[in-house]
Amino acid sequence: MMSKIELKDHQREIYFFRLRLFLSLGFVGLMLFILLLRFFYLQVIRHGHFETMAESNRIYVVPTVPNRGVITDRNGVVLARNYAGYTLEITPDKVADMQATIAEIGKLVEIKPKDLRRFKKLMSERRSLQTLPIRTRLSDDEVARFASQRYRFPGVEIKARLFREYPLTDVTSHLLGYIGRINQQEITQLENDDNANNYLGSEYIGKTGIEQFYEDDLHGVTGFEQVEVDAGGRAVRMLSHTPPQSGKNLTLTLDAKLQEIAVQAFGDYRGALVAIDPSNGEVLAFVSKPGYDPNLFIDGIDTENWEALNNSPDVPLNNRALRGQYPMGSTIKPFMALAALHYKSRSPSYSISDPGYYKLAGSSHQYRDWKADGHGRVDMFKSVQVSCDTYYYGLATELGIDRMHDFLELFGFGKKTGLDMEGEVSGLLPSTAWKMKRYNQIWYPGDTVSAGIGQGYHLITPLQLAFATATLANDGVGFQPHLVKDVQGKEGEPRPATQAILNVKIPADDLALVKRAMVAVTQPGGTAVAANYGAPYSVAGKTGTAQVIGMKQGEKYDASKVSEYNRDHAWFIAYAPADKPRIAMAVLAENGGHGGGTAAPIARKVLDYYLLGKVPTPLKKADEKAAAQSD
Amino acid sequence: MMNIRQLKQRFMLHLDPVLLSGLGALLLVSLIVLFSATDGSWMRILGQLVNILVAFTALWIVANMPLHWLMRIAVPLYLLGLFMLIGVALFGEISHGARRWLNIGVASIQPSELMKIAVPLMMAWYFEKNEATLTWRNHFIAAILLVLPVALILRQPDLGTSILIAASGFYVLFLAGLSWRLMGALFVGALASAPFAWGMLHDYQRHRVMMLFDPSQDALGKGYHTIQGMIAVGSGGFFGKGYMNGTQTHLDFLPERSTDFIFAVFSEEFGFLGNLILLAIYIFIIGRGFIITANASTYFTRLMAGSITLTFFTYTFVNMGMVTGILPVVGVPLPLLSYGGTSMLTLMLGFGVLMSIHTHQRLVKT
Repeated sequence: MMSKIELKDHQREIYFFRLRLFLSLGFVGLMLFILLLRFFYLQVIRHGHFETMAESNRIYVVPTVPNRGVITDRNGVVLARNYAGYTLEITPDKVADMQATIAEIGKLVEIKPKDLRRFKKLMSERRSLQTLPIRTRLSDDEVARFASQRYRFPGVEIKARLFREYPLTDVTSHLLGYIGRINQQEITQLENDDNANNYLGSEYIGKTGIEQFYEDDLHGVTGFEQVEVDAGGRAVRMLSHTPPQSGKNLTLTLDAKLQEIAVQAFGDYRGALVAIDPSNGEVLAFVSKPGYDPNLFIDGIDTENWEALNNSPDVPLNNRALRGQYPMGSTIKPFMALAALHYKSRSPSYSISDPGYYKLAGSSHQYRDWKADGHGRVDMFKSVQVSCDTYYYGLATELGIDRMHDFLELFGFGKKTGLDMEGEVSGLLPSTAWKMKRYNQIWYPGDTVSAGIGQGYHLITPLQLAFATATLANDGVGFQPHLVKDVQGKEGEPRPATQAILNVKIPADDLALVKRAMVAVTQPGGTAVAANYGAPYSVAGKTGTAQVIGMKQGEKYDASKVSEYNRDHAWFIAYAPADKPRIAMAVLAENGGHGGGTAAPIARKVLDYYLLGKVPTPLKKADEKAAAQSD
Repeated sequence: MMNIRQLKQRFMLHLDPVLLSGLGALLLVSLIVLFSATDGSWMRILGQLVNILVAFTALWIVANMPLHWLMRIAVPLYLLGLFMLIGVALFGEISHGARRWLNIGVASIQPSELMKIAVPLMMAWYFEKNEATLTWRNHFIAAILLVLPVALILRQPDLGTSILIAASGFYVLFLAGLSWRLMGALFVGALASAPFAWGMLHDYQRHRVMMLFDPSQDALGKGYHTIQGMIAVGSGGFFGKGYMNGTQTHLDFLPERSTDFIFAVFSEEFGFLGNLILLAIYIFIIGRGFIITANASTYFTRLMAGSITLTFFTYTFVNMGMVTGILPVVGVPLPLLSYGGTSMLTLMLGFGVLMSIHTHQRLVKT
């Protein structure tokens, strides 16, 4: 092999080298062509796609939350307002070590376990780049302390925010409801309603009451800022700005002072009061006792308070005026009297002799009158005035349950009133058909007898009874009960709320008779003298007592022997002035015993204020004190 | 005494005006883009000017070296580099998770940069020495000369540099007439050893390769560079967003924008049209390199010039490829455009060699 080695041909070698070089050139050309194709692909074919990506990189849309509408009463008293306060907020996307950061913040600003729990919950639900409050309502001192150290906390900032506040606290709790942090369920609902964009920056939503029902008006329209941001998320400049539209202010039909007086008038009684202007359906007072402090719910209620409210035997979270269903007791009687006249079952002058009990034909069972030895001779007028049970036992039997059902339905019994509030219940107006459907049982004559005095199956809400009373006061024309008088920006517009929804045709004579009898209820000889004694105006009313537990045959009810929560409920319905009614109401004092004794005095205080401007003494003192302080 | 004209002639004697104009154009673009990439930092411009000045001085010195000098320093340079690489592996300083630097008392140096020149030089020297009796054995030995430093650099780990050195060495082998059969065998061998090579790679290197296939799977982590680079290039469109108007650049979305990703800055602001022009400048320089290579008179100079030219192309391709997302992010700067003294120096040394090859044989011929 060695012998074969010889010097290579120089020219041949150069030829081979240049061949290789040429191949390299081809390789280079091919690769550069690939690059060129890639440029073309990225910059020409897919330019639109990458331009969008670059834009979404740099442009961040920041929602500007609108101010929530303010709620005032009919006289301009503020019931729900916003006040500026400071929160300490964290943008989790910008914080590397959350635990350490929170621990460091904790040295400057107190962070309670409650705050931490809430923050953790918010973390799990957050949207990207959202800021979450770790502490709300910072004191000026805390703001100053953190501000001096804030350079140490990237991604943590103090924000001035508007907070919701309900100055009358428990007085208006069931009426206004409250706002609270938006939960997952509500987010889903907003998405379904295609409304999620309007809530991008919002953290609160109306949960109950007016705050819930008028959420759309109160919330307002969210504004948007288009901000150019750098890679660190810092805003470089604002590109465009659509200002938010503040939520609309609401003016309620409510009279806050009246509401306050009504709440006070209940004293320690549980119960409800709904007062309506019969001429237009405006709700003047809407009370459910006891109330609660709605301010507790805004940023999430803590466990202690929640358990206290939830486990209380007084069920303060229950909106009795809207959702409490009670037997209506003797308040049914004026309506029964009208039914008798309507069906010409009994004439006004027809009278019975009341032995103190009623017996169905062929039965020995005694349906007792509240007055053991009876009321003597009783005609229709007197039956209302003294609330004679015996008269109505017989009347109900004569009418039959179905005719009672049909007539009472005209006054809205058994139907929701359609008040502007979520969660209303419809009460119960029984009939033979209903009982068959509900219990698969025929209607017994005995059922009808007790139905005649509003016991048995009948159930009604205080709101329904107030509405029926207003309808009666307004000669059979019932205006849609409503809580909101005006929505800002829609003032003076005829509101669909102010519409007659009931129109019971009652002959004038019939109406006059029943109304006169109801006035007699509050006069000496009636069952509710306290409601009008010494008053310069006349009151038409009717007392009622709703049994909570049934009494056995021959057993006598003795309030002192029955536990507090099993005592009878006291009803009182009223309107005044009797000749030209300006206010109609239903008052329920739970376990209050007789309507004339407990419920009527409550109504009296409300009437005195509404008609005379008279403020009860304990409240007056408080008012004077407040006035002195403000001077 | 020489007058100005003579002085100029003497100065230009070993410089190639054609190549020089291409390099000048590129360096001018570099300064323009760098100004935008650094949000108008004159300090960086000044820094790059100093880099250019130093590198150009080195180029001038090398260009004026006679070719036999280059031949003479090939072996010592290679051995020095190899020893230093071993030194790095044993006592090197660790920075950013990689052992690349060697502290020699006065300064820290990166021996892998030296090897970019030393490896092809050594291989070209070796082939020149054995030109008369070249067999496959010589190719084998040359391959070992290549594999040793590449393996050491790969272990540092420095994927970008090892790829570039492997490429420069391979070009020497290829131009020296490595048989196609052997190349086929090498290719098969490379494929077969791929799993082992994969095992040798560090986690972050594997990540980079994986990201190439689907950068979006880790958009905020390892894939971030590629995605933001592609967004910058793509959003530039045909005419670009205009000088100093790149949003990806000026709002900090682009990482490494004055160094490895400077091409994304250029692309975003000057668009497809700008890319065509930039590519034309690179092709001009590479083309000139090919001409010099084709005209080189000795075996050594042909191999050396070819390797330098092709390596320069490889730099360009790998960088543009990684910025536009067709190659993994391997940390290769765009030659002569990226900010940085070391790569500038190495590249200009290469062009110095190229000019020396071109001008010295011209003198011989004339």
